[in-house]
Amino acid sequence: MSSSPPPNRPEPKVAYWRQNLMVIGVLLTIWAFVAFGCSIFFIEWLNQFQIGNLPLGFWFAQQGSMYVFLVLILVYALVMDYLDRKHDVKE
Amino acid sequence: MDFIEQMPLLGAAMTATRAWTFLFVTITFMVYLYIGWRSRVKESGEFYVAGQGIPAIANGAATAADWMSAASFISMAGLISGLGSDGSVFLLGWTGGYVLLAMLLAPYLRKFGQYTVPDFVAKRYYSETARIVAAVCAVFVSITYVAGQMRGVGIVFARFLEVETWQGVVLGMIIVGVFAVLGGMKGITWTQVVQFFVLIAAFLIPTFALSGMLTDSSIPQIGFTTGDIAEKVNLIQEDLGFSSYTQPFTNYDMANVFLIMFALMAGTAGLPHVIVRFYTVANVRAARYSAFWALLFICLLYTSAPVLAMFARYSILHTLEGAHIGEVVKTDDDTEYIPVYRINDEGKEVPIQWVDTWQKTGLITIDDKNKDGLLSLKNVDGNFAEVTIDKDILVLATPEIAQLSPWVIAIVATGGLAAALSTAAGLLLVISSSMAHDLYVHFFEPNASEPRRLFIARIMIIGAILVAGYFGIAPPGFIGEVVAFAFGLAAASFFPIIFLGIFDKRMNREGATTGMIVGILFTAIYIILCRSDRVLGFDEPLMTPWFQGSYLIPNGLRPEGVGAIGLALNFIVAFTISRLTAAPPEDVQDLVESVRIPRGSHAPEAHFDETDAEADNP
Repeated sequence: MSSSPPPNRPEPKVAYWRQNLMVIGVLLTIWAFVAFGCSIFFIEWLNQFQIGNLPLGFWFAQQGSMYVFLVLILVYALVMDYLDRKHDVKE
Repeated sequence: MDFIEQMPLLGAAMTATRAWTFLFVTITFMVYLYIGWRSRVKESGEFYVAGQGIPAIANGAATAADWMSAASFISMAGLISGLGSDGSVFLLGWTGGYVLLAMLLAPYLRKFGQYTVPDFVAKRYYSETARIVAAVCAVFVSITYVAGQMRGVGIVFARFLEVETWQGVVLGMIIVGVFAVLGGMKGITWTQVVQFFVLIAAFLIPTFALSGMLTDSSIPQIGFTTGDIAEKVNLIQEDLGFSSYTQPFTNYDMANVFLIMFALMAGTAGLPHVIVRFYTVANVRAARYSAFWALLFICLLYTSAPVLAMFARYSILHTLEGAHIGEVVKTDDDTEYIPVYRINDEGKEVPIQWVDTWQKTGLITIDDKNKDGLLSLKNVDGNFAEVTIDKDILVLATPEIAQLSPWVIAIVATGGLAAALSTAAGLLLVISSSMAHDLYVHFFEPNASEPRRLFIARIMIIGAILVAGYFGIAPPGFIGEVVAFAFGLAAASFFPIIFLGIFDKRMNREGATTGMIVGILFTAIYIILCRSDRVLGFDEPLMTPWFQGSYLIPNGLRPEGVGAIGLALNFIVAFTISRLTAAPPEDVQDLVESVRIPRGSHAPEAHFDETDAEADNP
């Protein structure tokens, strides 16, 4: 990157972008599974189980999914820190 | 008879709550004004994106305050309380969007830099038509949203300072005006950081107290799972003829839950005032972490709200069902209310004061339909038989329901104001930047000097405040509903084209512009036609929801969820048209490549100048 002079078109960071997409893909699959799976489509099935005194599906819909969202974003930021360094695109 | 505490210093008969509210509101407002004054700005860069030097954690707090509006603070717990399990659409819809934002939009938009969302649209789609469409969408979405905020301000003032709603709205307008006009984004950001702490403390104090009273744990998230309130609520609900609180799909069917949740998620990720917050951090890495901090701060409230909702539901059902109804009382200022009381074990009458106070504002009404002198909460068409409780008052009334000290009630009122004002300020800035930067300066005075640009931005913000104030006095619908519509509009207009702009190099101006127009028009028209009774003031809605009686959506497609369909239409139209028309020019494809990598995000336009970017990384 630092060696290419301005007149040339910049070389796409193909490997970096592909790995970024892979990370996003995995994390968003978990996101969709928790948000739409556990909290909507399988909620009635999950409700036969209990967590504490609450039905499990209800807990996912009103608490659990949000904890998962938080972890997903943190993991994304950390993994991308690693990828930025590995592909030398860090600021 | 009400217990009235005299406040000789203020020279008037004020209840303790009113005095505390007055004190807290005055102190916090002084702080907001001081910050606005301290961070007054002289450049557009500072006015629009706070000079791009906000640390990730501070930006997280500001984003949380910016985005947690009166709807989150005042309305949401009330909505969840009424909807039970289906209330999760708001919880997950509004938080889940941050995952999309953090991974699909925020880092790349920060790399792109600039001032506004239409800036990105215009550059990426090399089209001034696209800029106009995006600016108009941003204004439309933000005005819809700000209408809800001003109603929130009005409610809080009306109840706690006992002024007329319009006076409260005007006071709110003046405060927002000063810190937004003087400080722009810089003033707004630091005010929002303070407002975050005010609003989160205000929300958590009563929730912790309620949890400690009703369960073994004062930590609401723990009391929620370990306590036995869920079982108790379910039992009372069934006795009264309601479906059980933890049972899903009793209010919305599964398809609607899915659509509303998705529309709210994509809407969160597409809201211009939230996206703009990610322009204000130092670099791409800070944008990612700032999304994490924002969601962490937001989750403090969002994981507590369902707990508050369930506990409040229990308290209301438990206290009001079977309570005695007294004779109508006329107060000095000519308002009427019907005292409600319970008889305790010693045979004494214990008044339920919060019902009396809220009746005076008209937000609770009691009607002893069967004239038996007892209040009945039995299910009649989904409502309580003899009492109507406005959804917007639940959070504000909770400390009174739990009989907490007057200063706690005052803190909650102050928090509600902080929530409404911080969001209103962020939205006003988007409206003003779209009007001033994207429309006026761009097309009429492209060579305007720096002071002239700032002057125009400030004029536009004043104009926006006046419009917002009008909607605060004459609001369409109640807060939660109006805000849900704003999210639907954002989901259908911005989310797809920003997403495609980053992830689809082949996406071109023809596709994006048409997609945006189709998405927002479809969504807006559906909402307006289905809700013309509330939005336009007609007696009957002009259209009944689609797909009623179908296998998948038996209750019809709800207007709150139509944004998801608008989004899908936007995607399909944009994709199809872009493949039928010419590919974007080479320099735009280079722009997409450059947006995808973090290096060189330190200044707007940095990606157009490689040498500039290198100077920063020797």
